[in-house]
Amino acid sequence: MAAGYELRCRECGKRFENAPLSICDECFSPLEVQCDLDAARKTFTREAIAAGPSSMWRYQALLPVPEHYKPTTPAGWTPLIEAPRLAQRIGARNLWIKNDAVCLPTLSFKDRVVAVALANAKVFGFDTVGCSSTGNLANAVAADAARLGLKTYILVPADLEPAKILNTQVYGATLVRIDGNYDHVNRLCSQIADRYNWGFVNVNLRPYYAEGSKTVGFEIAEQLGWRLPDNVVVPMAGGSLITKIRKAFKELIALGLVEDKPVRFFGAQATGCSPISTAVKTGADAIEPQRPATIARSLAIGNPADGVYAARAIRDSGGWAEDVSDVEIVSAIQELAETEGIFTETAGGVTTAVTARLYAHGRIHLDELTVSCITGNGLKTTDVLEGAYEQHAAIRPRLSDFENYLAEASEENELVVERVSSLG
Amino acid sequence: MSVRVLLPNAFQKHTNGAREIESNAANLPQLITEIETNFPALKTHLRDEQGQVRRFINFYVNEEDIRFLGNDKYAFQDGDEVLVIPSIAGGSSAESGTPSAGSGESRRGVCCCCSYCGQEECICGD
Repeated sequence: MAAGYELRCRECGKRFENAPLSICDECFSPLEVQCDLDAARKTFTREAIAAGPSSMWRYQALLPVPEHYKPTTPAGWTPLIEAPRLAQRIGARNLWIKNDAVCLPTLSFKDRVVAVALANAKVFGFDTVGCSSTGNLANAVAADAARLGLKTYILVPADLEPAKILNTQVYGATLVRIDGNYDHVNRLCSQIADRYNWGFVNVNLRPYYAEGSKTVGFEIAEQLGWRLPDNVVVPMAGGSLITKIRKAFKELIALGLVEDKPVRFFGAQATGCSPISTAVKTGADAIEPQRPATIARSLAIGNPADGVYAARAIRDSGGWAEDVSDVEIVSAIQELAETEGIFTETAGGVTTAVTARLYAHGRIHLDELTVSCITGNGLKTTDVLEGAYEQHAAIRPRLSDFENYLAEASEENELVVERVSSLG
Repeated sequence: MSVRVLLPNAFQKHTNGAREIESNAANLPQLITEIETNFPALKTHLRDEQGQVRRFINFYVNEEDIRFLGNDKYAFQDGDEVLVIPSIAGGSSAESGTPSAGSGESRRGVCCCCSYCGQEECICGD
């Protein structure tokens, strides 16, 4: 393996030289990057990693980029924090949050995958890149392409949240709104990538792109002091992230950086778009496509590319998948913000609500070390909280007015307490 | 009656570079047979060892997934545009749906590889 990594068909095993290619020409199945672990063994050590940059690039030896690649974007290395107040609220004792709501530069975990994809776009000599996106990927591609001086065509469903559209256009990207859902957009991108010599991060660069997600798993292990958690709860859209966290853990075990132990993987979806959780719950081998109808638009992929692999990773690990309603998603966004000071987008609401349900149903034991993966920032989906909070009338800048305000607020609280106790 | 069928780049190695065909097929099974007759080299790649169309190959009619239209039962209309797209969305096929018993044998044809080692039979201790 000359470059330290190559492509391999996930089904028939055929090997390919590195190229902007995502489909096997023999069996038309997806390709996957395989890193040369023996070559990485010398450089991928705890000491070398600790001496590396405070970004996902500290794991460069296990990412598919050229040996002397100089990264331009310090994505990743986001906080892993203990969440005792949320834990108390939902009946857990050892709950942690991997907080990619503050991943740089565009506040979602997509910055990780794009960093790897565009590094390869440069290697392959593309001057134009693009993606199909439910929003976060659009933001990440637009920002990183601006930094690398690449032209962009970014295709999104027309009904995307306004903040995600603005956060793409501000970087000078060409945004193409498509009258359809994500699955329509993705299919069109596949045709465009066949026709034009452009690098689409989640089409012809997909095998490289997907490897960037491994860094979530590497970071969780390192931040826990080089050990693996008991459980991981991961939101699922295309289903790639959960399989790549698993792959990261396996690579760390293979290289002797962590002790081997069983880790259970739990997938989270919105009920309005739950093809993977449905497959897990019914024990089905195949993913039945759905027409998405949920406020969690970043997870609204009705025909998930990695759905079968995600379902298998969950089943094989002894985990489970759950899906939650739009009402539960909004409540969970508020709960996470109120207890831990983390404002996540709808996908994070999905993950938090599913985490709570997994404890409630006894699928996760309260003492087990559990990591809930928050993948995006709430500032991008503020529309779902519209009308959630009443604004009182403004008061004059006088202490007496403030005291009146406090007295009124206290009376209101008492009324609420009375109402609640009379109900109870 | 005829429909226009757009083939993906991944097929071209087996179709002498042909990117689209006109077809008189009445439905999906007829269309697949016709594609295989026109491009015999494609046949062994289009189907798995059990003779089923590989599950990573998706068919769309005028922007709609054919599975939402009745799949094999959908009768092509004159002027339909049929897209054949592999892999962007995997995991489903017309013939699928048998619950897994979890054994290696039952997994075959569903998800054969380990996402880590890439092998059909995992070699990394999974």
